Amino acid sequence: MSEAGELTVTLLRFGFLILLWILVLSTVGALRRDLVVGRRNKVGTPTAREIRKNPELVEEPPPARAAAHRLVVTEGPLTGTTLDLAASPILLGRAQEATLVLEDDYASGRHARLFPQGSRWFIEDLGSTNGTYLAGAQLTRALPVEPGVPIRIGKTVIELRP
Amino acid sequence: MSDVLTVPRSRRTIELFLLLLALAVAVGANYLAGIGREEPFGDYFWSQAITLGIMSLFIHVILRVKAKYADPVILPIVVALNGVGLAMIHRLDLSAAQVNPDFVQVAPQQVLWTAVAMGSAAILLIVLRDHRILRRFTYISLIVSAILLLLPLTPLGLEINGARIWISVGFGTFQPGEIAKITLAIFFAGYLSTNRDLILLAGKKIGPLQLPRFRDLAPMAAAWLVSIGVLIFQRDLGSSILFFGLFMVMIYVATSRVSWVLIGLAMIGVGVFVALELFSHVALRFDSWINAFAPEVYDRAPGGSAQVVQGLFGLANGGLIGTGLGAGRPDLVTYANSDMIIAALGEELGLIGVVAIVMLYVLLVSRGIRAALGTKDGFGKLLACGLSFTIALQCFVVIGGITRLIPLTGLTTPFMSAGGSSLLANWLIVALILLISETARRPAPSAPMKDSFPEALGVSGKPKKSAKETTR
Repeated sequence: MSEAGELTVTLLRFGFLILLWILVLSTVGALRRDLVVGRRNKVGTPTAREIRKNPELVEEPPPARAAAHRLVVTEGPLTGTTLDLAASPILLGRAQEATLVLEDDYASGRHARLFPQGSRWFIEDLGSTNGTYLAGAQLTRALPVEPGVPIRIGKTVIELRP
Repeated sequence: MSDVLTVPRSRRTIELFLLLLALAVAVGANYLAGIGREEPFGDYFWSQAITLGIMSLFIHVILRVKAKYADPVILPIVVALNGVGLAMIHRLDLSAAQVNPDFVQVAPQQVLWTAVAMGSAAILLIVLRDHRILRRFTYISLIVSAILLLLPLTPLGLEINGARIWISVGFGTFQPGEIAKITLAIFFAGYLSTNRDLILLAGKKIGPLQLPRFRDLAPMAAAWLVSIGVLIFQRDLGSSILFFGLFMVMIYVATSRVSWVLIGLAMIGVGVFVALELFSHVALRFDSWINAFAPEVYDRAPGGSAQVVQGLFGLANGGLIGTGLGAGRPDLVTYANSDMIIAALGEELGLIGVVAIVMLYVLLVSRGIRAALGTKDGFGKLLACGLSFTIALQCFVVIGGITRLIPLTGLTTPFMSAGGSSLLANWLIVALILLISETARRPAPSAPMKDSFPEALGVSGKPKKSAKETTR
């Protein structure tokens, strides 16, 4: 093989190694969105075109409302009990480890859970026997709770207060 | 991790871009492999380029239509690995043909197998819309695995180089164990996702360890028996490690109990000890690992260390940047195109090239685990974890064996080694991981939450007294 030909081949061989690494690095580059964990990253904001295609992507600014600071039992054996809300979730039920131990025959051991997310509190039924009712409707999944809306568990009714 | 909030984008365009890059790598490797040894742009060059190009674009189109949100980097990575493997097999064919003109080339058959494997993956993607359907076949897959593993022991089976893991089918040989790793993963995933809570809750607690109940040990005992059976009757250490490792990982992922891992390690310790005592071939493997460079071990007729030592010499010859594709002598190593293909690549692409290949495997496995994290059903999580882990474990066993980190065992390098059954099984695994990643990344089909809040909630601060009435 001629001198020039050998040089070309050597260059091609180096070029191949570079190409291999370009593939590796562009693959990593394509994945950088996934490296951000647990918070909404900037790359993830929808573009105008994506909003046009999927209107549900638009994020409305949350309506201004008073955040709940207290939990009050308004009905049932524990009427009058209040509980200050911190940032941690609250377990409701008859079990001793519950945050609010309900002495209510119609409540399950681990009946429901109140948890904060963003600026709101959500209630979630933990597979209780008699169900949890938010404003009269039985819960089938976690729903946000506004201050003043009654949550009924057995004979107990609780409300969040600002 | 599944709480990462990102906008659902299908990202098929970036897949197409990466796919073109991967095809450039594959075709480029093939071109360089033939340079100076054959006419450029010969028959094989075109058959490799066209097969890979058409089949991978076909799968890309299927993903666009059927699984829009599937992971965008899996397909390009696998195409690149497969293409580089084909190029290296072809390059070794050319060397062998120079020595022996009657040599039957391996590469054209491997191209055919690539087409078959990619076609099967495409069919699986079309037929199986959702991986959860596989859960129905939990126990059927156990039976299928048993049949597949027993097939080589029937008269259909063939014994090659002391291992009885092949069967002869009409046009060649097939390794049913490769498919068995998929069916076993399906069985373990189905069984563990159903019985996970039972296994987790029952059992005595001793110190920090919660020991499982005896009856819950039954599937583990089954997995152990399968591995030991493969080792004794088929004389295949690699598959034996693979099956047991697969089960250990899946049960650890399902229960996160360290006690299982300890029990498993103890069982494998017993197995290894018994195998060392009873079977000469296992003992020889260990000896040629520890004393590889001793002349009498190197020259020993069966079970010598010549293969692994030649591979090491090749790697040393390659150095950092390699001799260049087609310029080394990887053909001096026996089984350079199957068991030792990483040594061949290490010689010709050097450390820089081999690390890039290892990176591709790492990325592939991490995308599989990512799909497992993202998907919501327990079965899919376990299946994606188990399948990605089989690829990772195979790479570890093969590359570890070649670099003399662990004893060399005959496992195939996924997507690269010559051998159709391995290629087929791995492409099917890729199809399954793609399907699982699609369910992981697809936006929830239900209406967004904010539209379905009941009006009675008084979201905008309505008077609450009426709401109280409704609870009574």
